[in-house]
Amino acid sequence: MQASTEPESATAAATLPDAWRVECFRRSVADDPDGAGLPAAAAELGIEGLDDARLGRGVLLPASLGREHIERIIAELLADPLLDEVRLTAPGQLPAIPAGVRRVLVARKPGVMDPVAQTIRETLARVGLARLDPAECVSTFRAWELSGPLSDESAATLARRVLGNETIEDVLLDDEGLHHGPPAAGAPHGRVEVALCEAEDARLARISDEGGLSLNLEEMTVIRDHFRAAGREPTACELETLAQTWSEHCKHKTFAGTVLYSSPGQPVRRFENLLEETIKRATEELDRPWCVSVFHDNAGIIAFDGDWDVSFKVETHNHPSAIDPYGGAGTGIGGVIRDILGVGLGARPIANTDAFFVGPSDLPAEELPRGCMHPRRILRGVVRGVRDYGNRMGIPTVNGGVWTHPGYVANPLVFAGTIGLIPRSCATKSVAAGDWIVVAGGRTGRDGIHGATFSSVELHEESETVSSAAVQIGDPITEKRVLDALLTARDRGLYRAITDCGAGGLSSAVGEMGEELGATVDLETVPLKYPGLTPEEIWISEAQERMVMAVGPERLEALVEVFSAEGVETSVIGRFEDTGRLLLRHGGEVTGELSMAFLHGGTPRPVREAVWTPPEHPDPSVPACADHGRTLLELLAMPDVASKEWIVRQYDHEVQGFSVLKPLVGVRGDGPGDGAVLKPLVDSPKALAVGCGANPRYGLLHPGRMAAAVIDEALRNVVCVGGDPEHTAILDNFAWGNCDKPDRLGSLVLAAEACRDAALAYGTPFISGKDSLNNEYRVGGRAIPIPPTLLISALAVVPDVARVVSMDLKRAGNGVWLVGATHAELGGSHYLAARGLEGGVVPAPDLATAPGVLRALHGALAAGCVRACHDLSEGGLAVAAAEMAFAGELGLTLELSAVEALEAPPGADLDATLLYSESTTRFLVEVEPAAEERWLAAMAGVPCARVGRVLAEPQLEIEGLGGGRLACIALADLRAAHGGGFQG
Amino acid sequence: MSAPRALVLRAAGTNCDGETARALELGGATAAVWHLERLVAEPDRLEQTEILVLAGGFSHGDDVGAGRVWGLDLRRRLQAELWAFVERGGLVLGICNGFQALLESGLFAPRGSAAAERDVALTANTSNHYECRWVSLESLDCVCPWIVAGERWPVPVAHAEGRFAVADGGVVERLRAAGQVALSYVAPGGGPAEYPANPNGSVADIAGICDASGRVLGLMPHPERNVSPWHHPRWTRMEAREEGEGLIFFRRMVAVAAGVSV
Repeated sequence: MQASTEPESATAAATLPDAWRVECFRRSVADDPDGAGLPAAAAELGIEGLDDARLGRGVLLPASLGREHIERIIAELLADPLLDEVRLTAPGQLPAIPAGVRRVLVARKPGVMDPVAQTIRETLARVGLARLDPAECVSTFRAWELSGPLSDESAATLARRVLGNETIEDVLLDDEGLHHGPPAAGAPHGRVEVALCEAEDARLARISDEGGLSLNLEEMTVIRDHFRAAGREPTACELETLAQTWSEHCKHKTFAGTVLYSSPGQPVRRFENLLEETIKRATEELDRPWCVSVFHDNAGIIAFDGDWDVSFKVETHNHPSAIDPYGGAGTGIGGVIRDILGVGLGARPIANTDAFFVGPSDLPAEELPRGCMHPRRILRGVVRGVRDYGNRMGIPTVNGGVWTHPGYVANPLVFAGTIGLIPRSCATKSVAAGDWIVVAGGRTGRDGIHGATFSSVELHEESETVSSAAVQIGDPITEKRVLDALLTARDRGLYRAITDCGAGGLSSAVGEMGEELGATVDLETVPLKYPGLTPEEIWISEAQERMVMAVGPERLEALVEVFSAEGVETSVIGRFEDTGRLLLRHGGEVTGELSMAFLHGGTPRPVREAVWTPPEHPDPSVPACADHGRTLLELLAMPDVASKEWIVRQYDHEVQGFSVLKPLVGVRGDGPGDGAVLKPLVDSPKALAVGCGANPRYGLLHPGRMAAAVIDEALRNVVCVGGDPEHTAILDNFAWGNCDKPDRLGSLVLAAEACRDAALAYGTPFISGKDSLNNEYRVGGRAIPIPPTLLISALAVVPDVARVVSMDLKRAGNGVWLVGATHAELGGSHYLAARGLEGGVVPAPDLATAPGVLRALHGALAAGCVRACHDLSEGGLAVAAAEMAFAGELGLTLELSAVEALEAPPGADLDATLLYSESTTRFLVEVEPAAEERWLAAMAGVPCARVGRVLAEPQLEIEGLGGGRLACIALADLRAAHGGGFQG
Repeated sequence: MSAPRALVLRAAGTNCDGETARALELGGATAAVWHLERLVAEPDRLEQTEILVLAGGFSHGDDVGAGRVWGLDLRRRLQAELWAFVERGGLVLGICNGFQALLESGLFAPRGSAAAERDVALTANTSNHYECRWVSLESLDCVCPWIVAGERWPVPVAHAEGRFAVADGGVVERLRAAGQVALSYVAPGGGPAEYPANPNGSVADIAGICDASGRVLGLMPHPERNVSPWHHPRWTRMEAREEGEGLIFFRRMVAVAAGVSV
């Protein structure tokens, strides 16, 4: 990035691209919202002096084409005749830049995916406008023209912070020297050996570090000894394969490892395999007949209706999203969609979910740690990433959440989930000896090298610059083509097994598929984006939008035809063989040979220590509330409670036509729904409810109670809308600090045990999960972990779509009932957070009674005696009541004295306890007077009290325990508080 | 007579073809979904087709411009066949991205006009981002034979580039006079729509137009997403119902294709 003082003459002609340069600018400001919006975005960063901005969409086309030819391409393809004016610059020339403007050019770095350029090249050929030689390049860029008294420094800041991301893009200020051509060739080589056998500890550690292998000393030692015994040095390919396969990301060494756990006053306990003994144990013991496939495949599968099953997977994509929020989140959703395409023989994705954990949007710039992006930029970026990928795939994004906490400033969390519909007969797969290994989809490039190992280490100040190769750029249309082709091929039985190419690239995909047999791969047959890749790069590249299949020789021709009809490239890269070995060749030369047994079973099983010491906070009890009206408005505006409409509306939540309960409900569509409901089978009344739960504030105080509470929350969200708690599966996504450290691991043990206990109590098995256990940020000498974060996603079968209930109040005169017991549980609550207080009792369900409450409520919903139902979560009863009221455009009067006896510590404000406690397993339910008898019968034995009535007057009235009025707030004020705040 | 035959056309990145075919079948047609490349290879299929629908989605990623590449494909590789189809009475519908592509294809313009002469466009929403929300549509007095003037109906929109724009004020007047303005966004109580009732800033609240013959219709909203009783965003507030308000749109189109006037 160079700031020049002589903008118009700065670029030497020699550096100007030898290509036609087409820049399409909108004629009128009104048609250029990107440009029109830039001055405000600049002002937000404190950048002064930008009066106007215009965005030009730029394309570089080969110099070999004549001017008339270029003009025809512009007229037919590149420019809109009505809206655009075009600046055409001949090869090697400077563009005619208007006087007084400063230019910022933003172009993908050489070798980074440029899907638009790819589309242009293919289209020119297809419609007969130009057939380009493979060596002739097309590339795109953005040309910003800025006017106003902008200082050099301001222009540079604007360019870097707003207009481009130097991780993946070249950002040129007043410099027209765009790169044009393929990326500089690497140093291609054949077989390379690494001198390991004689290496001592220090050298082993250095080889791992310098190679970005993320293998620890113990693992390096095991590898060295393995090759010593074999009497030869390992090749680079072999070392990389082991690093990918043994990475924390792929192997979950910590969670599946041996743990020695101690807590004050307790004897040390030993877990041989933490995951097996907690999460998976619950699923095994429950042994639900409707669990079709759990844990071992790319996603879990449960029975749905008739011959149809559903699969669900939620993934994390945290580290890439920290350095490139847009690309990281987009490829995150792209990756989890491929998990669903690769589960069993492939499922059709029918819904996406997303959950973000970010720093506060109002974080002062001076508090931003070095090397970090502002939380606002991160949140906007990840929302755009999910939007652009999910919407283009034609998969509705129906459920999710955003949680805000300062602990995520340097290490945001991005979770993306996909639900798929799959015929029962397609739930399993197996590879046969003699099957071709076929790769389909995008080409392989040098992108995403070391993603799996990168995600397994801490982020640090330099992550942004050193890890750029780990970031990938998504191309959703390629993935959509793969989806269309793949489901056709599946239905015609053209492949025997399939998996996605995710972390670790081909090395993981082929390594996993061939685990039981063996495989030979000829790396030079993998289609490349550009020449010059080394065998290792081909093997571990995480280039996106690729699937790997095992194809019987007799089906190969038909399979290639199906993919080709959708414009998807396929290539046979090797064969599965019954050798027990993985053989890698490049141009006939052996570049690696490993036994599958060592590759998959050779990982040393470390023993880690775990310690749990509860944090020490004085118990703040429940401080008195002087003004309940103001408090409620304050709670509604807190970021975890406030409206997410600005996000939800950018996602297509209707595509495919299955969404029957939308994420936003109510008269004006501003009510935050609890769960979304999909009805994917046209001829069946059955539907699916999807919901989630998480709470980092609870996690910081007590990870065990947090885990039980968020499982309860996810279940509340699906039961609320009509899901059957007896036919509900859950997913776990753990994101923790560095679990090599005993205190981090101790809190993980607590959470995992609570997961097991809660799953057993509710009868809801875990069917899939993922952990990300290295979420720390190192700045200076200090490592800062994120709050212990557990995202629980729930998928429930709804027996009858006609009984689905939304959370908005329906009719004046109806009774409103509080279901569930309230305790003085305000630890981690929004009420205390708003007062800056920590400590207190974290809410947790009573596992003896909570499952009965969910079953009874489901019975009442299924019997049709509920008009509206909303769960009580952040902000407690007061927030739930307010949301139901403004969503239904109806008033509500609450009488706290109707609540059954409440136990609270001495000195607690009892009104505040009732209104703001976040005790779990509670709901607010609207019931017609005529249905009250049936309602009470359904709820027999469950704490349940009529605490209010729906009003025609547009206000929320709250009567305190003493009978006096605590608050009376207009719906308009509630709605304004909820809908204010950061809106993207 | 037998049910009219509908062909739902898709391209790489089209993603509403499934629900569009379902809506056509609910409306009384038989429906098949074809990739554009197949139709280019077998254009005679149009002779056994009464209804051609370009489904919504992100054809070719909307790279370069929304619907631009798909429209160019149609213009350069199928235009003569499409003109012939419309001239012999075939009905063409473009929904959302299908509308954007139809506009690029030249099928709304007088026959023989060049791409550069197009005087209407669908461009970036005023909000400058994708939006998914329900709106009210009003059916207008127009030459499209399956649009019944005066009706108001709810339907979702989901797009980033749906703002109907014109070269100059005269274009809207000309379209109106020719009966080509078919559908407009209306305020909840009727009358001119402000954002978000007009979700994208379209000139004169225009949501859909037809060609001079009335047989080619394009609209940004998605009627195929409001055909079941459970599609409406507020169905939990309503009495039990048989179908969504968008189904009649397809039923009438199919009836017209069968030679029945509505």
